[in-house]
Amino acid sequence: MFNYDKYIRKDKFPHIWCSGCGNGIILKSSIRAIDKIGWDKNDVMTISGIGCSSRATGYLDFDSLHTLHGRALAFATGIKMAKPKMNVVVFTGDGDAGAIGGNHLIHAARRNIDITAVIFNNNIYGMTGGQYSPTTPQEFVATTAPYGHIENSFNFMELAIGAGASFAARTTVTNPKQVENFIHKGLENKGFSVIEVVSNCHVQFGRRNEMKSPIQMFDWIKERIIPMSKAEDMSEDELENKVITGVFKNIEKPEYVEEYDKNIMAKAEGE
Amino acid sequence: MAKGKKYIIKIKEDYCKSCRLCYSRCPTNAITANPKNMKVQINDEDKCIGCLVCENICPDFAIEIFEAEDN
Amino acid sequence: MEKVKFLEGNTACALGAVRAGLKFFGGYPITPSSEVAEVCSEELPKAGGRFIQMEDEIASIASIIGASLAGSKAMTATSGPGFSLMQEALGMAVMGEVPIVIVSVMRGGPSTGHPTGPSQGDLMQARWGTHGDHPIIAIYPESVNEVYYEIIRAFNLAEKYRQPVVFLMDEVLGHMKESVFINEDKIETVERRKIEMDQKKYNPFLTENDIPLTANYGEGYRFHVTGLYHDETGFPDVSSENIQKTMDRMYRKIYNNMDDISKNEEMNTEDMDILLFSVGTQARSAKMAIRMLKEEGINAGLFRPITLWPFPEERIVELGKKVSKIVAIEMNKGQMADELRKYVCEEDEKKIIPLNKLESELIPPQEIVDKVKEVL
Ligand SMILES: Cc1ncc(C[n+]2csc(CCOP(=O)(O)OP(=O)(O)O)c2C)c(N)n1
Ligand code: SF4
Ligand code: SF4
Ligand code: SF4
Repeated sequence: MFNYDKYIRKDKFPHIWCSGCGNGIILKSSIRAIDKIGWDKNDVMTISGIGCSSRATGYLDFDSLHTLHGRALAFATGIKMAKPKMNVVVFTGDGDAGAIGGNHLIHAARRNIDITAVIFNNNIYGMTGGQYSPTTPQEFVATTAPYGHIENSFNFMELAIGAGASFAARTTVTNPKQVENFIHKGLENKGFSVIEVVSNCHVQFGRRNEMKSPIQMFDWIKERIIPMSKAEDMSEDELENKVITGVFKNIEKPEYVEEYDKNIMAKAEGE
Repeated sequence: MAKGKKYIIKIKEDYCKSCRLCYSRCPTNAITANPKNMKVQINDEDKCIGCLVCENICPDFAIEIFEAEDN
Repeated sequence: MEKVKFLEGNTACALGAVRAGLKFFGGYPITPSSEVAEVCSEELPKAGGRFIQMEDEIASIASIIGASLAGSKAMTATSGPGFSLMQEALGMAVMGEVPIVIVSVMRGGPSTGHPTGPSQGDLMQARWGTHGDHPIIAIYPESVNEVYYEIIRAFNLAEKYRQPVVFLMDEVLGHMKESVFINEDKIETVERRKIEMDQKKYNPFLTENDIPLTANYGEGYRFHVTGLYHDETGFPDVSSENIQKTMDRMYRKIYNNMDDISKNEEMNTEDMDILLFSVGTQARSAKMAIRMLKEEGINAGLFRPITLWPFPEERIVELGKKVSKIVAIEMNKGQMADELRKYVCEEDEKKIIPLNKLESELIPPQEIVDKVKEVL
């Protein structure tokens, strides 16, 4: 009932992602969110890093830039500052945004620059063959964690909020409507928005952890979901390894480029 | 959703990658698996209630639901 | 009408860039280049541009690539360690054919090395620092006055050929103060080519004379840029045929235009007993040595590439035939001496005489004189 044709580069389909990969669900939800906000297609720009998730930019009929592993937000910052009329959306993976690009995520949030970052969190490095990522849960197996993973996971929500993002929300591919709504809210926010979408990589992650089909992975994600309202009454122990969903932050806060123009440009021109 | 509304299920077979996400979630069994290749196929279009669960979950842009009136 | 300003090299670099039309600067502080950023932070907003201090050098170069693709003339400035961090993205700018200028004010390396001393240790990094085969343009002036005009030329070449341009300086040049003679009649700037085509038929990497007709983001063309090998449409094509074809074209767009891109200074090369080869500020000491040698009756010539990369091969081959010895004077372990050997040493291995020092100061004229007398 939704016509995606207006927003996709049809000649690039079918896309490269594996059968049942949640990336396609996030892509479609993003399209609906962008449609809902009603931006002119010529004023939207999508930017991505490197990874399976980062291939998203190639499928959308906007200006698009497929950059380097981890650096999408830094490229996006330059674009937004050079052409503030552009509505800038970044697609990134959990490795892209949380490992190699972690510093850029922190500083984009700190500046509260008007960029919406959609993090495809599939708990693994999909593109390079299933090595552990900063969000691989403990005890799970990855190609570089054959004995089970021991590291602590990143909490993208705490990270984004701590760094200063004015919008932060987490959802999962099992609820495409919510993905659409949260991305839409993020797009509406004039400032830095982080939307973490917990996704499935049954091929590189699930397969090694007794969940080789997308359906099994969806079940695994779903059974761990705790909506924020419920989580508030639960202890830390009870919340371990759960996926808390909801809008964690949504505040108004001065936006970087506007502040630059209001303060620096105005003062410099006065000289 | 108004009662008695009719829906048309449009499938792009060449896009479908047989992931099973849509028909395993369809609340009415309006769609089902083609036993040959596990791609989606229509079981009974009349059963479709237009809930869009399938359309929204399909990662491959392979299934679309239309209201009968608006073609 | 000429205006005279007394400027530090780094300041002249920033002011020249603004004169060239710089509209975006993204950088990260590092000695001895920080003044370029400082001056840009003050001057750019006055000229309607924006400045940002990014979180590191990788982010800095990424931000200027983004800004350039969105239509702004863009620059960053750094030194050794920061230049190393920029190498991956420099390759992306080559691959995406993005006009940017990267200023690298050389200091002693490797590693943290000697932050406050000059060096010429990054000449090869400027050529081959990023991975993979690629063409590059690098310019290296010798005086503050030349910095001002050459940074404008760097922007012009970047725009004209849609190519990242490395602008080399060294600590001495960055921090020394000299007169700059600003003559507006001598300044020409090249503006971003305006693309007017039917959006439906538009392809960002369609070329004219091997140079892509890429539009700016936000102008309604809705095109894709990737660091992967791509075809005219901008979308990935990693077929072996396309890889070969694309890189051949990128080389052609630079090497077929050497007449326009190359720029050298020559002194006494008509009638010489020996040739001195030197770049940047070091060449000034060589010029002094030439005068001193003259007094002793020795005719020494000088060849100074201002466009260092692509290397002026043709001219060097010609000059090499005229002399039996070339003294390559460099504040490094012989990077240019190695390059020269590629072009002028068919039989005589000893034709190139390296004079190298890593003492964090220019090699003085007297040492050059002594070397010339020793080998002649
Ligand atoms: C500088 C650099 N280091 C490493 C790589 C190899 N690499 C490509 S994608 C990737 C990880 C991708 O993981 P993630 O960001 O989680 O995305 P996914 O593929 O899972 O969607 C890595 C390590 C690279 N391309 N560049
Ligand atoms: S490897 Fe994983 S993340 Fe990549 S396309 Fe396949 S399922 Fe998706
Ligand atoms: S719209 Fe709902 S009822 Fe109709 S086929 Fe899809 S999932 Fe089934
Ligand atoms: S969800 Fe899409 S790709 Fe998967 S089986 Fe259904 S139609 Fe095919």
